[in-house]
Amino acid sequence: MAERCAVIGVGQTKHASKREDVSIAGLVREAAGRALEDAGLDWADIDAVVIGKAPDMFEGVMMPELYLASALGAVGKPMLRVHTAGSVGGSTAIVAAHLVASGRHERVLTVAFEKQSDSDAMWALSVPQPFSAPLLAGAGGFFAPIIRAYMRRSGAPDHIGILVAVKDRLQALKNPYAHLHIEDISFDMVKDSIMLWDPIRYLETCPSSDGAAAMVLASERVAESSTSSRPPAWIHGMAMRSEPTMFAGRDQVNPQAGLDCAADVYHQAGITEPRRQIDVAEVYVPFSWFEPMWLENLGFAEKGDGWKLTESGATALDGGDIPWNCSGGVLSSNPIGASGMLRFLEAAMQVRGQAGEHQVENVRTALGHAYGGGSQFFAMWVLSTDKP
Amino acid sequence: MSDPGTITDSGSSGEAPVTMLATPIRLDYQYTAGLSQSRFLQGIAQGKFIGQRCPACHKVYVPPRGSCPTDGVATTDPVELSNSGTVTTYCVVNVPFQGQSIEIPYICAQILLDGANIAFMGLIQELPATDVRMGMRVEAVWLPKDQWGLTMASVKYFRPNGEPDADYETFKEYL
Amino acid sequence: MSAAAGRATVRPVAVVSAAQTKSVRREDHRNEVEMLMPVVTDVFANIGVTKADMGFVCSGSTDYLVGAPFSFVMALDAVGVWPPMRESHVEMDGAWALYEAWTLLQEGEIDTALVYSFGRSSPSQLDRILALQLDPYYMAPMWPDPVALAALQAQALIDTGKATEKDFAAVAARSRRDALRNPNAQVAKDQSPDDLLRDDYVVAPLRRHALPPITDGVVAVVLAAEDRARDLCERPAWITGIDHRIEAHALGARDLAQSPSTRLAAQGAGVFDASGDAPGAVHVDVAELHAPFAPQELILREALGLADSVAVNPSGGALAANALMVAGLLRIVEAASRIMDGSARSAIAHATSGPCLQQNLVCALAAEPSGPARKGA
Repeated sequence: MAERCAVIGVGQTKHASKREDVSIAGLVREAAGRALEDAGLDWADIDAVVIGKAPDMFEGVMMPELYLASALGAVGKPMLRVHTAGSVGGSTAIVAAHLVASGRHERVLTVAFEKQSDSDAMWALSVPQPFSAPLLAGAGGFFAPIIRAYMRRSGAPDHIGILVAVKDRLQALKNPYAHLHIEDISFDMVKDSIMLWDPIRYLETCPSSDGAAAMVLASERVAESSTSSRPPAWIHGMAMRSEPTMFAGRDQVNPQAGLDCAADVYHQAGITEPRRQIDVAEVYVPFSWFEPMWLENLGFAEKGDGWKLTESGATALDGGDIPWNCSGGVLSSNPIGASGMLRFLEAAMQVRGQAGEHQVENVRTALGHAYGGGSQFFAMWVLSTDKP
Repeated sequence: MSDPGTITDSGSSGEAPVTMLATPIRLDYQYTAGLSQSRFLQGIAQGKFIGQRCPACHKVYVPPRGSCPTDGVATTDPVELSNSGTVTTYCVVNVPFQGQSIEIPYICAQILLDGANIAFMGLIQELPATDVRMGMRVEAVWLPKDQWGLTMASVKYFRPNGEPDADYETFKEYL
Repeated sequence: MSAAAGRATVRPVAVVSAAQTKSVRREDHRNEVEMLMPVVTDVFANIGVTKADMGFVCSGSTDYLVGAPFSFVMALDAVGVWPPMRESHVEMDGAWALYEAWTLLQEGEIDTALVYSFGRSSPSQLDRILALQLDPYYMAPMWPDPVALAALQAQALIDTGKATEKDFAAVAARSRRDALRNPNAQVAKDQSPDDLLRDDYVVAPLRRHALPPITDGVVAVVLAAEDRARDLCERPAWITGIDHRIEAHALGARDLAQSPSTRLAAQGAGVFDASGDAPGAVHVDVAELHAPFAPQELILREALGLADSVAVNPSGGALAANALMVAGLLRIVEAASRIMDGSARSAIAHATSGPCLQQNLVCALAAEPSGPARKGA
C-alpha cells in the first residue's frame, strides 16, 4: 500500500526572458529556498532531491544536476534527475512523490528549471540531423498542423485561440511571478499580432523564459506536524502515460495517452465528473488552442465541444465555474523544464490558499497537468485540502 | 582546442557584476543511419520513396525509423510508394529563425504518400501560401538526377499535382 | 539524521531477466532503436512475457551522446509503447532508472517493470562532451580531459600510500583476463601486470591499461516483485537493498582517494547490516563495481569493505566494456546474472556517475529475498 503524501512547501522564481542576475545554481536556489521557507524546513531536513529539466542542450551543460548537488543541499543524499521532454516538470514531481509514497523518504525536495537564455534554445532544438530534410518550422510548426486538424474536426471558429490568449494574459497580471505582464492585452492586440505559424499568432504562443520551481513533498507524519503557515495539499492521485511520437492512425489532437492518464488519475481521486468535482486546474497550454483541445482530452467537455466551454467563459478566473490557468499558465511563463512543475505547484497553491490575487475561492480539489514530446508524454496529479 | 571564453561586464566599472560568461562549444558527431533508414535512403538516391511494412500490424511506414512504433518490431518488407500524396494538415510558416533557407511565408504540410500509413512533414511550393488546403493532392519535385543522394534533401519540395482534392473521410484517420 | 524513512518492510523485488548487446568499439550499422529492439525482445523472450505484461517502463540515457535533444523519445519506439504505458526516463545511467522502477514496485500497485539504457560512445568526442558535465563557470571553459581528472584521483590515491601503479596494473590485468570468459566483453586479453607496466602514460600516473575502452552498447532488465518473480524465474536475483548518494561537484571539496558517497549508499543498501563495516568485513560471492579507471576499483573496494575473497568484476567490469549510461546498469545485470545462473548466492553491484566517482549507487542482491547469504568471515 502506498503511503500518503502531501505538498508542504512551494517556491518559484520571478520568471523572465533573461535572468542575468543569477547563475543556474542561483536560479534553482531561489526557488528551492522559498519552498523550504514555506515548508518551515532547512536544507538539512531534506532526505532526497529530485530534479528535472528539458534537454541539457538548452544550457550547454551535460547532466547539470552533478554541478548543482552542492547548491541544492544534496551532498550526502540521494539525487535523481528526470527528463521526459516537456512533461518533465510534472514527471519530476511525480517521481519525487513516489519516493514518499513508497515509504522510502519523508521529506523530498523537488526542483525543475530552465535557463534558456544561457544558450540558444532554437539552436538546441535545431541541431542539424543528417539524412533528413532541414527542420522546417520549430515547435510551432510541429503543433500548428495539429491545431488546424482540431479546428477542422470540431468546427471551432478562429477567435477561440484569441480568447484563451487574452484570458491567460489577464490572469497573469494577478501573478507577480509571471514572465509576461501585458497591461493592455486585448482581443484586437492578439488578433493583430503576426501570424507566425498560421493558424498560430505570435500572442497565441508561449514566451521563452528563465525560471525555476520547487516543492517540498512530505509523508503523512511530517505533513501533520508541519510548522508551515499553510495547510498541506494532499495528493489524491498521480499518473503518467506515454505513447509513441508518430504511428499509423495516431490521434494527435486527442491522444490516447492523455485520455488514459486522466482516467487513471481521476480513478485514484474518485473523480467521475471533472468539471463539477475539480475546482481549479493548471493545464499545460503552450499554444492557446490547446485549452479547448485539453478540455476535451481531460473530460471537462465532450469531444468537439471544448471550444464552446472556452467561448462561454467557463475557464476564466473571473466568473468561470472551472477556472483554468489562473496563474497565467504556460502562455505567460515558460521556463520549459519547470513549466510542468509550475502547473503542479500552482495547483498546490490553490489548494493551500496561497495564490494571492489569482486565488480561486473555496478550493478543495485542483488538477495539475503537463505534457510533452509530440503530445505523447502526460503527467497529472489531483490535490485536495482533505487527507485521502 | 580549448577556448578560455570571454567575460562580458554589464557596466564600464570593474566592480560591475559579471552577467555573462560565453563558452563557445563545438561538438562533432558521426551519425549512424541504421539498417532501416539506409534502405530508405538507397531508394531516395534512385528517386524512389520506399516505405517499410510492419510484419505485425501491416502498416507502411515512411520514412522508416527502424521499428514499428506500436509493435516494437523491425519493419522489414519494402514497399515502393507513389510520388504523389495528400496534404492531411498544414501550417503556414511566417517566422524567421536562424539557419532558415526558405523565403517566408511558406507552407509546411503533413503529406500522406499514396500507399503509406503515416504522413510526414514536407515543404509545399509553387502556389501562394493562402491557396493550400487540407486534402490537396501533391507530388514530389526532385533535384536533377545527378544530384540525387542519400538524403531527403534530394527532394526539393512538393507541389500541387492537379488532381481534385481528396475527400476528408479518406485521410481523417491520419490527423 | 537518517535519510531513509522508518518503514520496516521492504517489498521483495528481483531481477528476473537480463539481456545485452555484445559491447563493441563502434556500432556502424544499427542505430539506437535497432540496437535496442533485439535486446528488448530477448529480455522478454527469456521469461516468456511481452510488453503488455509490464507495469512500468523506465530508461536511462543522455542526449549529449546522441547529439540530439529528446533522444530517448525515438528510442522508445524499440519497445512499442502502445497502448499507452506508464513510462519515465532519467538523464542518468540506467542503474538509476532501475532505482526509480524499484521504488514504484515498493508501492505494491504494479508487479513488473522493464528497465533499459542505451549508450553509444563512438559517434561523439567523449573528452569534449564529458567536459560539459563540469561546473559551467569555473571548470568547463577550460575543457578538462576526463582522463586528466581520473589521473588526479589516481595520484591522490598513490599519495595516501595505499596503492601503487603496480596495483592499478594488477586490476587491469585481472579484469581483462576475466573478460576472456565474458562473450559480451569488448576488451579481453591475458597479460601480466608487469607487461602492462611497460605501457606509456596517457596522463601520469595512468597508463593505457588503466583506462576504459570506448564502447557502444545497450542493456535491458525485467524486475518483478514477490510471487510474480518466482513465477517468471527459477532463481530470481532478489534486491535486498539499494541506495545512492551524491558528493560535492568541486574536486577541491572532496578527498578523491575515498568514496564516502559509496559508503553511505552501501549503508543504505544494508551491505553492512550482517557483517559490520570493518575493513574487509563484507563477504559476498561477487561484486560488480563500476570503476571506469583501474584505481577507482581500489577506492570502491575499501568504501564497500569488501573481503579479499570477494570475486570483483568477474565480467571484466568497465575496463572490458564501458558504454556510457549503460555500464552502471550492466554491473547490476552481471551481478544478478551470477545469482540467476546459480554460481553465486550473494552479490553487490555498484554504479557511478560524474567526474571522479561523484555519484554512486549500491545494489545488494541475493538468492533469497530475506537477505544476503553471508559466508562466514
